[in-house]
Amino acid sequence: MSHWIILPIVLPAILAPFIVLAARYHIGIQRVFSVVGVLALIVIAVSLAWQTSDGTIILYQLGDWAAPFGIVLVGDRLSTLMVLLTAVLALFVLLYAIGSGWDDRGRHFHALFQFQLMGIMGAFLTGDLFNLFVFFEVLLIASYGLMIHAGGNARLRAGVQYVLFNLIGSTLFLFALGSIYAQTGTLNMADLAARAQMIGADETVGIRVAAVLLLLVFAIKAALVPLHFWLPSSYAEAPAPVAALFAIMTKVGAYAIIRVFTMAFPPDLEVTAGLHGLWLMPAALISLAIGMIGVLGAKKLDRLVTFSVIGSMGMVMVAISLFTPEGIAAAVYYIVHSTLAAASLFLIVDLVRTGRAHVDLTVARPVVGGALTAGLFFAAAIAMAGLPPLSGFVGKLMVLEASYPSSMMPLIWTVVLGSSLIAIVGFGRAGSVVFWKAHDSDTPEDAEAEADVARPAILSYVAVGGLLSLLIAHTVFAGQVHTYTTVMSRQLFAPEPYISKVLETPGKMSKPTEGY
Amino acid sequence: MELLVASAIGILTAAGLYLVLRLRTFPVILGMSLLTYAVNVFLFASGRLVMGAPPILTDATVYTDPLPQALVLTAIVISFGMTAVVVMIALGAYLGSNDDHVDDPVDETPNPEDAA
Repeated sequence: MSHWIILPIVLPAILAPFIVLAARYHIGIQRVFSVVGVLALIVIAVSLAWQTSDGTIILYQLGDWAAPFGIVLVGDRLSTLMVLLTAVLALFVLLYAIGSGWDDRGRHFHALFQFQLMGIMGAFLTGDLFNLFVFFEVLLIASYGLMIHAGGNARLRAGVQYVLFNLIGSTLFLFALGSIYAQTGTLNMADLAARAQMIGADETVGIRVAAVLLLLVFAIKAALVPLHFWLPSSYAEAPAPVAALFAIMTKVGAYAIIRVFTMAFPPDLEVTAGLHGLWLMPAALISLAIGMIGVLGAKKLDRLVTFSVIGSMGMVMVAISLFTPEGIAAAVYYIVHSTLAAASLFLIVDLVRTGRAHVDLTVARPVVGGALTAGLFFAAAIAMAGLPPLSGFVGKLMVLEASYPSSMMPLIWTVVLGSSLIAIVGFGRAGSVVFWKAHDSDTPEDAEAEADVARPAILSYVAVGGLLSLLIAHTVFAGQVHTYTTVMSRQLFAPEPYISKVLETPGKMSKPTEGY
Repeated sequence: MELLVASAIGILTAAGLYLVLRLRTFPVILGMSLLTYAVNVFLFASGRLVMGAPPILTDATVYTDPLPQALVLTAIVISFGMTAVVVMIALGAYLGSNDDHVDDPVDETPNPEDAA
């Protein structure tokens, strides 16, 4: 049994306390360890993705206990792709945090960052629902610390809302897990999938309640309207690199929905049939619309970006809630695109804040370092709004194509295309106010603000440029990526190899006769 | 027994939900604690209620499901830690801005339409 698959969890888990204990007062050493750790994570993630790319399912039994009694980690195409995406995103976010000096504005940034990575990696790799809850808590408790990094009243207040909302989400998660255990007697995802099919058609009440509760929890994480209220103020007030890393956290929710609702409660399962289509698709369409209307209505650049995140999560959820192989393939392509685009937008907002002292959408002095920042904003906004030539456009085409056979196709196409138009207007308005009209302004407030502005560091630009070049690569290789996500979603819709791998691999079993 | 446990979960959840919907942080945090107590009892009950039986597999035929007990233990530790974190952050926010409302502060930038 290869131990590679547990490394993405163990490596940050060792690095983080090491950074706290040994390098507490040396920001330079912390930076070195953090970057080296993330580089190692990328190597591990590439190797895992390589191993699973031919359809292999990697199983790791912790303590060698056989599933479903022991906890298992499982790597398939989807989970290793998400691990790779997280590792790559973390590298550029970390470079930005170092370049802009954000990591030095409070304590323990790098340690919390590593714990956050540990939680995210664990959530993607685990094959057990209760273990998923534990990793959610790990990533959340690290995110609470990162969210209020560098302090400030506005940030603390937004932090309280964020923590409380997520605590309620966690409580709901526990209620869902309790109901699932009471109904099926297992929390292992593969075992659950096997047992859910055995539930008789006349005993569906309990399992339906459990499935809906679980869907609600993941929808909170994915910021699906009407459960999105925690997102705008917490992401806008969080430090920029943290908000950029949080771009992957909404995708954890989307990932969990894909994982659980293709395997344990697939759309053709009799006892939970009709649960997803009825609620998920309308909620996704409304998220898309509300997100993009928010882009148009925002008064500040950071709020604008947070609403565009809600909108793009809406787009992901539209593709997911089709629950067809084509839909999931498009959704995964769009998840990668949306993570990279949202992260680079959050970082660009911080570039604007550094060069302008505030991010209100009012006419002010030109942004210091304006041409380059404006160019980056232009590219990222094109990607997020879904204009050609970048991957947002390609991803949107995939979603439209996947929804063509659906009975809701006219509604989906109307909302997707209409919201794109609104997003274009919203981003265009913001960009022209911040970057073009700037030269008309010469007010006294601007003179006061001048003391606070500075030219962003080169490393910050490198980090943003790196994310955008990944977006370009995601566009150029769209064909290959889409082929890969299509194969991936076929694997998701034929979960028998996954289930038999998890349940039939031998491991230790408890033997009461020998135990005492 | 079943009635007692079920009504305990129900009352705790109802009180917790009511408090969570309040405006200030202190009642909200208390509500969160009540909700976590409710969910702990609920998890405990998810392994069926058996009295006076050991939580391990023995030669005897009657036993209590040990897994929910392990789950409850994990859930208690996590919720305890989370409550401590939220109390610290809420205290920081309250001492910083002298205001312990949970909702967003009123937008301070004047709306041009209001002045007109």
